[in-house]
Amino acid sequence: MTQLALVIDLNVCVGCHACVTSCKEWNTSGSAGPLCDENPYGSDPTGTFFNRVQTFEVGQYPNTETVHFPKSCLHCEDPPCVPVCPTGASYKRKQDGIVLVDYDKCIGCKYCSWACPYGAREIDEKQHVMKKCTLCVDRIYDLNLPEIDRKPSCVKACPTSARLFGDIHDPESSVSQAIREEGGYALMPEWGTHPANHYLPRRKTKLKIHEDELERADNPLKVDGLLPKPGKGEPSMEDVSAW
Amino acid sequence: MFLRGNKDMKPAFSVIFLTTLLGAGQGLFLALFTHQSYALFGLLPMQSDAFYGYGSVLVLLLLGGGLVASFFHLGRPERAWRSATQWRTSWLSREVIVLPAFMGVVFLYGVAHLIGFRPEVVTLPSGLLIDLSVVLGVLGTLVSFALFVCTGMIYACLRFLREWHTPLTVINYILLGGSSGFILAAFYSASSAPSQTDFFAGWAIIITLLAFVGRSASLVRNAHLKPKSTIQTAIGVKHPRIVQRSQGAMGGSFNTREFFHGKSEAFLRAIKPAFILLVFVIPIALLAFGMFTSALLGVAFILQYTGLLAERWFFFAQANHPQNLYYQTIG
Repeated sequence: MTQLALVIDLNVCVGCHACVTSCKEWNTSGSAGPLCDENPYGSDPTGTFFNRVQTFEVGQYPNTETVHFPKSCLHCEDPPCVPVCPTGASYKRKQDGIVLVDYDKCIGCKYCSWACPYGAREIDEKQHVMKKCTLCVDRIYDLNLPEIDRKPSCVKACPTSARLFGDIHDPESSVSQAIREEGGYALMPEWGTHPANHYLPRRKTKLKIHEDELERADNPLKVDGLLPKPGKGEPSMEDVSAW
Repeated sequence: MFLRGNKDMKPAFSVIFLTTLLGAGQGLFLALFTHQSYALFGLLPMQSDAFYGYGSVLVLLLLGGGLVASFFHLGRPERAWRSATQWRTSWLSREVIVLPAFMGVVFLYGVAHLIGFRPEVVTLPSGLLIDLSVVLGVLGTLVSFALFVCTGMIYACLRFLREWHTPLTVINYILLGGSSGFILAAFYSASSAPSQTDFFAGWAIIITLLAFVGRSASLVRNAHLKPKSTIQTAIGVKHPRIVQRSQGAMGGSFNTREFFHGKSEAFLRAIKPAFILLVFVIPIALLAFGMFTSALLGVAFILQYTGLLAERWFFFAQANHPQNLYYQTIG
């Protein structure tokens, strides 16, 4: 069983939104038709996106940290949005675990968006169907592309390589290793949705230097300095050593 | 800019009309057949076929109204037929199947009465004659309850919308629909079978009181709910103080339009006592004092229906969707 997924490294994401724009560009140009935009140049622009980068501030000034948080469909292993769909338009692919919407079957009832705790689905207000991240399913299997480009658009765009893509069911894949070795976690584990996408936490890189590494315990100068001075009547070094 | 204070689902008026009209229609059918059952056992005088027949027409009008309202909720109504396919997993799909089935049974029940086609089906050992309309009535009652369960479960099955995820959701849909339908039945009988008004009004008072208990229980329950998801579990950072600084879009998105009703806390605080008054207190008073005045019963139904619209609005608005944790600040 394959479960394709993204692993997003919050330690590396700089919040540049390159993944957002490149996702939008790829997915508005596909055979499924454009991702709608309303008033793109007006005062109140809005539209359908598969991917958003949000920003959170953790802590209280001056001890704050800015966390940029890319958010897209997590392709849950137990997706709550799929069984509620009355038409079968929402489905999870057996072969690679991608959760997709069949735009030709969707009736736009929005029930699946109610059933997603992550708010990963956005309706297309012009096509009147529900849309969501496809993991660039029209790209990752495209044999016309060089193999190195058969990755989701967001992954290719990320300038800091904060986005990894692969099969999380393959223990040797880069994503599985990252989850295992870098503390990968799932969002809102309390609902048992088992998101396939994982996040890597912020990791402070700290140089740990122990005091005895700064001052050598066996520093001969220091040892000499610390030794109590022998008394005048005590035998001196010349008396005990034979050199 | 913060979106706090209005952090709950935006009620869709199509769904509000759908659920309230269906509830009234189902309740009215249950009231009509309850009467026929009483009459079958000789507890009440059997009414004319026209009473049950035209009552069924009224039921069909309400159900049809609900059906029409439901189409306004769909982005692609021309594909609505597809929604009957996933009955194995989806309560919405089950409702889509059960609603027309119920309308079909009510239609046949009404026709059986109106054209007087009531052939004997079976005679019970006690000598009780069961005709076709009774069989259709029993079937309609079962399907009516099935429809209530489907409608309620559409909301109750969403486990992280905790305000809805309780058996009380289904129970209240049944009781509120029943209350609405029995009050309408009282009004209907006051004009077409005045001698039977007391029967319907009496049951209407009992069911409305039960509905009051059920709805109060869910209000108390919801007032004490503690959210399971927090901003900490939403982004997976363990720190007591996390504040959103941007949500990735300045002009709003589907997520901010669908899951925030945009009304003030004061509005929410006002609508709760308003619907309690309109759905429970006033109808019970009007039923108790106005058992003999058909005009008052009509007023009771209309006021309660208005209250039910408010009640349903509140039902939707009270549900706090976990996705809202990601949409607290625009930027």
